[in-house]
Amino acid sequence: MKYVDEFRDPKAARRLIDEIAVLLDRIPAAKQRPLQIMEFCGGHTHTIFRYGIEQMLPGRIELVHGPGCPVCVLPMGRVDDCVALAERPDVIFATFGDAMRVPGSKKSLLQAKADGADIRMVYSPLDALELARRNPDRQVIFFGLGFETTMPSTALTVLQAQRENRDNFSLFCNHITTVPTIKAILDSPDMQLDGFLAPGHVSMVVGEGPFEFVADTYKKPIVITGFEPLDIVQSLWMVIRQLAEGRCEVENQYARVVPKQGNPAGLDAIHQVFELREFFEWRGLGSIDHSGVKMRDAFARFDAERKFAVPNLKIADPKSCQCGEVLKGVIRPWECKVFGGTCTPETPLGALMVSSEGACAAYYNFGNLPELLAKRNDKQRHEASA
Amino acid sequence: MSASNTAAKPRLKGKTITLAHGAGGKAMRDLINDVFVDGFANETLAALEDQARISLDSLNALGGTLAMTTDSYVVDPLFFPGGDIGKLAVAGTVNDLAVGGAVPLYLTCGMIIEEGFAVDDLRRIVASMKATADAAGVKIVTGDTKVVHKGAADKLFINTAGVGVIPHGIDIRTQRARAGDVVIINGYVGDHGAAIADARGDMALESHIETDCCALNGLIAAMLDVCPDIHCLRDATRGGIATVLNEFADASDTCIRIREEALPVRAEVRGLSELLGLDPLYLANEGKLVAIVPADASAKVLSAMQAHPAGEHSAIIGHVVEAPHGSVILETGFGGERIVDMLVGEQLPRIC
Ligand code: SF4
Repeated sequence: MKYVDEFRDPKAARRLIDEIAVLLDRIPAAKQRPLQIMEFCGGHTHTIFRYGIEQMLPGRIELVHGPGCPVCVLPMGRVDDCVALAERPDVIFATFGDAMRVPGSKKSLLQAKADGADIRMVYSPLDALELARRNPDRQVIFFGLGFETTMPSTALTVLQAQRENRDNFSLFCNHITTVPTIKAILDSPDMQLDGFLAPGHVSMVVGEGPFEFVADTYKKPIVITGFEPLDIVQSLWMVIRQLAEGRCEVENQYARVVPKQGNPAGLDAIHQVFELREFFEWRGLGSIDHSGVKMRDAFARFDAERKFAVPNLKIADPKSCQCGEVLKGVIRPWECKVFGGTCTPETPLGALMVSSEGACAAYYNFGNLPELLAKRNDKQRHEASA
Repeated sequence: MSASNTAAKPRLKGKTITLAHGAGGKAMRDLINDVFVDGFANETLAALEDQARISLDSLNALGGTLAMTTDSYVVDPLFFPGGDIGKLAVAGTVNDLAVGGAVPLYLTCGMIIEEGFAVDDLRRIVASMKATADAAGVKIVTGDTKVVHKGAADKLFINTAGVGVIPHGIDIRTQRARAGDVVIINGYVGDHGAAIADARGDMALESHIETDCCALNGLIAAMLDVCPDIHCLRDATRGGIATVLNEFADASDTCIRIREEALPVRAEVRGLSELLGLDPLYLANEGKLVAIVPADASAKVLSAMQAHPAGEHSAIIGHVVEAPHGSVILETGFGGERIVDMLVGEQLPRIC
């Protein structure tokens, strides 16, 4: 648990930012409009705001905060399913902390807990399995969510439950996969992105290969990025350098952690336990083919969706909610009509306002709120008069 | 009824508290005499009247303003590295008085005990309250005991109220921060929140983080000695120093700028925070205060603080400027800036 000072060196950051400014002069597109670079991962969004990175950059770069916070893209219907499972009297529902506040159509898990549901916050799926061991007369359901980052530990926990022949443990599987989502964003007609920072933790598991299509097919630079502030700045510099040199490749800034081939043991566990779902619904983005996983038939007895009935209703996002446009980088979070008004971290309307990794919550908490709201109102007035 | 001749043969029977101990009869009397009166050991309490009696002359001699406060303590677990609920209940109320510039004098102690609670644990907690009160120079002079059915309370809740006197000429208020003032803290932030998170979770951490729980009245007296004109003072408990700074900025309509690099945070606390996705600025403290003092007095105050055991690691962490009004800005060690807002709800750990 060492505090990694070398990745927080302000002088090194300054040097890179100066070089970015020089490189920008060599990119023709940057003369017309700000370049848009998307960080896909919520962890990156968090670092960007926590260290105030966006304001340090030249104004000709805009960071677009993508759909990489698994909590933020959870559709309301799935939250309702969680609440329904958690409210069963025989159930202990185990979840990561930041899923607690996501609004369902009637209530969040936090509200369900206040109403008496037995909901426990855990730090890993193994903690949930331990709960099952300690409470043999209760059914423990683990709320599995996240990208390939958290998938191996969930898969390994299910395999362990199988070895122990545990009949009071199951998984409510909401894991999602990165690649189809990035593809969906790239296919979106209003897409204007110039480059990507790829999620470092996901890459640790899947390796570099799955991101090659971004460079090959869509001709966009993509850099696998770590989570320290200097990682982010260096990766931005790498993306800009590719643009200046007219290249588009997958580069790995996070090679100290991410092996080219990923983590074969983790991938193996994932493949043993999970298979792709044909469709999976995302908040704000709609259904994306093959973007979610479910448990294979061999593990049906650990699958909460089969073991217990869940309502499985599709609930439309509130009309005023513009999470989808924000996730695709079409509008900035503070440009959403309800940002800071009816949608705040106390009363989130959209999920981007819930987790500290959500783009809207980050702007709300770390940005200059009055200034942002004034900018938004100006823009709206301008559009109304045009 | 002195402590020494009763401590030899405790009259309280049984190893756990039962509903009978709250029923008003003999069992309750035994509990009160044996555990509380003997444990807290002072004449005002030993008189066993329904109220503590305090001479007005003794209060008047100290100053012109009476200060009064109350707080309830419901922490889980009851015992944690470096402290327990009893120490918290005394130090917390002493601090609430002291940050107003008051000399804390007397405390009350109300206990709500869940049926089945271990008598030995109760004794341990009372001993800890007594030790903390002695160290802070206050007396626990009256109290109340309730025993509730199993499940109606979580083991033990403690309420303490406190009375103190603010000397003439002291005027510490959140509205008094002025542009140019200096912001000082008395040491490492977040220790208590991290200790509780650590003690509660079953995360196998190599580190051992202790609470910073302590009474701050001695430290504050030393500060007021060198600078009676301290503008703002508050202990940074729940909500952490971010919340206190926001309260100052808001009440005084100023902007407080702090520097991340100047902020004392233990490496273990930083590590745990990063692991759990928490921010030390918002972690609870039980022995940390934030002071806003006029710039010309800041060096004097800082060295007086560093000379006191509760302020060894004191540091100047920022200063007050005019605008943007009512805001707190953190200059990050990385060269950026961000707004430090009030927290919404409690901090929830992130998943990755
Ligand atoms: S402000 Fe709320 S509704 Fe609008 S995009 Fe953000 S989270 Fe969604």
